[in-house]
Amino acid sequence: MSKLKLAVSALALVLGAGTAHAGCGIEGGNVKILANDFDALGTVIKEAEACAGDGVTVEANMTTEHKALQVPALTVNPAQYTVAMVANNSIVPLMNDGLIRPLDELVEKYGQQLQPTQLIKVDGKVMAIAFMANGQNLYIRGDILKEAGLEQPTSLEEVIEAAKVIREKGILEYPLAAADQAGWYLGNEFVNTYLGLGGSFFEPGSAEPAISGEEGLKTLALMKELSEYMEPEFLTFTSDEIKAMYLSGEVAIINQWASMVNGHIDPNGPAPEIGEATILAPAPTVGGGTTPAAALWWDGFTIAKNISDEDAAASFQAMMHGIRPQVAQDNPSAAAWLIADFSPPASAKAILENAKLGAKAYPMSPYMGLLHTALGAELSDFLQGRESAEQALNDVEAAYRAAAKEAGFLN
Amino acid sequence: MRHRDFAAFIWPSALAMLLFIALPIVSVFVQSMFVEHEQVLVTVENCGPFGCTDETKVDTEATRVLREEEPLGRFNAFGTYLNRSHLAVEEIAEILESGNGFVDVVTRIYNLPFYKALSFTLVYTFLVTPLAMIAGFAVALGVNSVPRLFRGPIIFLSLLPYIVTPLLGSLILFWMINSDGIIGATLQWLFNDPELSLKASPVLSWLTLITYGTWHMAPFAFVVFYAGLQTLPMDTLESAMIDGANRWERIRYVVMPHLTPLATFVGLVLLMDNFRVFEPIIGFSSEANATSLSWLIYNDLTGQVNQLFGSAAATSILTMIGVIILLSPVLVRTWRDFKRKAR
Repeated sequence: MSKLKLAVSALALVLGAGTAHAGCGIEGGNVKILANDFDALGTVIKEAEACAGDGVTVEANMTTEHKALQVPALTVNPAQYTVAMVANNSIVPLMNDGLIRPLDELVEKYGQQLQPTQLIKVDGKVMAIAFMANGQNLYIRGDILKEAGLEQPTSLEEVIEAAKVIREKGILEYPLAAADQAGWYLGNEFVNTYLGLGGSFFEPGSAEPAISGEEGLKTLALMKELSEYMEPEFLTFTSDEIKAMYLSGEVAIINQWASMVNGHIDPNGPAPEIGEATILAPAPTVGGGTTPAAALWWDGFTIAKNISDEDAAASFQAMMHGIRPQVAQDNPSAAAWLIADFSPPASAKAILENAKLGAKAYPMSPYMGLLHTALGAELSDFLQGRESAEQALNDVEAAYRAAAKEAGFLN
Repeated sequence: MRHRDFAAFIWPSALAMLLFIALPIVSVFVQSMFVEHEQVLVTVENCGPFGCTDETKVDTEATRVLREEEPLGRFNAFGTYLNRSHLAVEEIAEILESGNGFVDVVTRIYNLPFYKALSFTLVYTFLVTPLAMIAGFAVALGVNSVPRLFRGPIIFLSLLPYIVTPLLGSLILFWMINSDGIIGATLQWLFNDPELSLKASPVLSWLTLITYGTWHMAPFAFVVFYAGLQTLPMDTLESAMIDGANRWERIRYVVMPHLTPLATFVGLVLLMDNFRVFEPIIGFSSEANATSLSWLIYNDLTGQVNQLFGSAAATSILTMIGVIILLSPVLVRTWRDFKRKAR
């Protein structure tokens, strides 16, 4: 009996090590991953962790505080993590301080599975590998549209018109909701609409802000108009909050994160009938344009500079294993994968449609984060009717300037 | 005590104070005098899943050279203290010059982030401190007069608001005052106003925060006052009763004078604590309507990308100066008492 047990466990050990080796082909090294904490990243990390064994260790730290950790953790030598999972915005501080290494050689050696669009190239060098797209798109209650006798809105102006009709027919008093919480979320909503209008945030090639023009004013006017169809406390709404409101049937149209789609249409969730009635559509256009008013985001990974080449190669290979085409095929609804041979399910089509229609990517400018903070802090007075749009944009620029001067971007 | 004995006794704590209080303050102050190096920018082409764009990026090599020359950053003296995010001297001068009457000047100054935060911080401090003391005193008197058997559980229950972590306490209340929550819905029903929301208007959110603050801090005042009540001089109380003093007169002329030194202590601690109000602002998501000095520091340090250490350090020093100003009347009085007794 005990011999049998021993034999079985020995066999398992050999097989386990064998599969890990066969799966990843890593010769040896340590892989330590720092990542944000959401399900799709967890899927990738779990796959990468399967490479552990046989001289290879794989550890991961998933935390929503990853942005606060990454710079100090990668600055020390040797770096505390070999892989930092990032998005358009969180790669910037790593690049600003030169903490990540170019990946061209590793891509050539181990990255045959990658699509050209997955390579994030800065100045011709591959600095990150993207594997999923994210962004916001419309979640519409089809049943309410029908009840109100409305066509599906495709522009922000039509969304406002639809909200008006829904209110007038007495179906819902506040048909709209958006993640407008003062702070990051509020800044983000401004960015979405402003990009939809084709505005640019800075003077070309410099850190001088350029948001107080016509597009800026129009963006604010639209945000204000939308907010009139939202509950009075809309400046406290996060994306989780509007998900709860949507699922309890309080609102008809929201512009929500694509990565949260499963929570909204889950047939085993709290409100299957609402999921059933939900129409997923690309983000609305604005001002007669054709660009969806929602920034596009990618999630990907970078490899730290201050680590040995062996660890860098091991990390890259483990991540390649984590994002191999099979992973996307096995978890089609986990994310809008940018991985080869992925055929998106219905739930991921709306966000990929955003990209097809030419939505803009969230800017990777080194000083965009400062402007985003200023937007989040200074726009609430305007939305509550306490100051004019011009004043609000002036305040944003002034707050941004003070911060950019301190950070060394402006003089 | 001989000076040498005194020194021997005091040096461990003096050393600890130097290491853990004085040095960090000095380092924060030094930090506040510097800003980051000029970032050398280059425009490059960025390509990704959504196409290519021209984008600036920091020239890390060139910036690193600058950084190695002066590791602390560029010396800015008091520049950070005077900029728009802090004391905003230029902006204030401009407002005073072009201001259109008192109301206009006040509104425009209030529009500056530091003064907006300071206004709420001061209102909060000066309302919550006395309210929490009054509430705590009342609860202490009440608990002191219930039968001994029930005191234990009642004391525990009265302390609960103080035990609950502030962030959790405020989050729970935040959900309760939601228009779907039990308090929010009840208020709407009571006032027959479906639009009523405690989170929407500045006045109501300030009221909510101040109510929360009082609820949270009253138990601290209660527990200190309750301890003080256990040392009440019974003979004085009894003689007051024989003299025909009613309950209120006994409280006014015996209990309150007895508790005055404790009240000074409680007031001092509450002033300091309330001036640093922070968690409820996060818990109640009230950034749109109310911000505090501590929130400004937090906001500087949790930017999407950059952390503004200099700015946060300057706000910290200003907060500390604020605490010192608030406490100075009490400190001066204590010093005078000390000197009088020494004489």
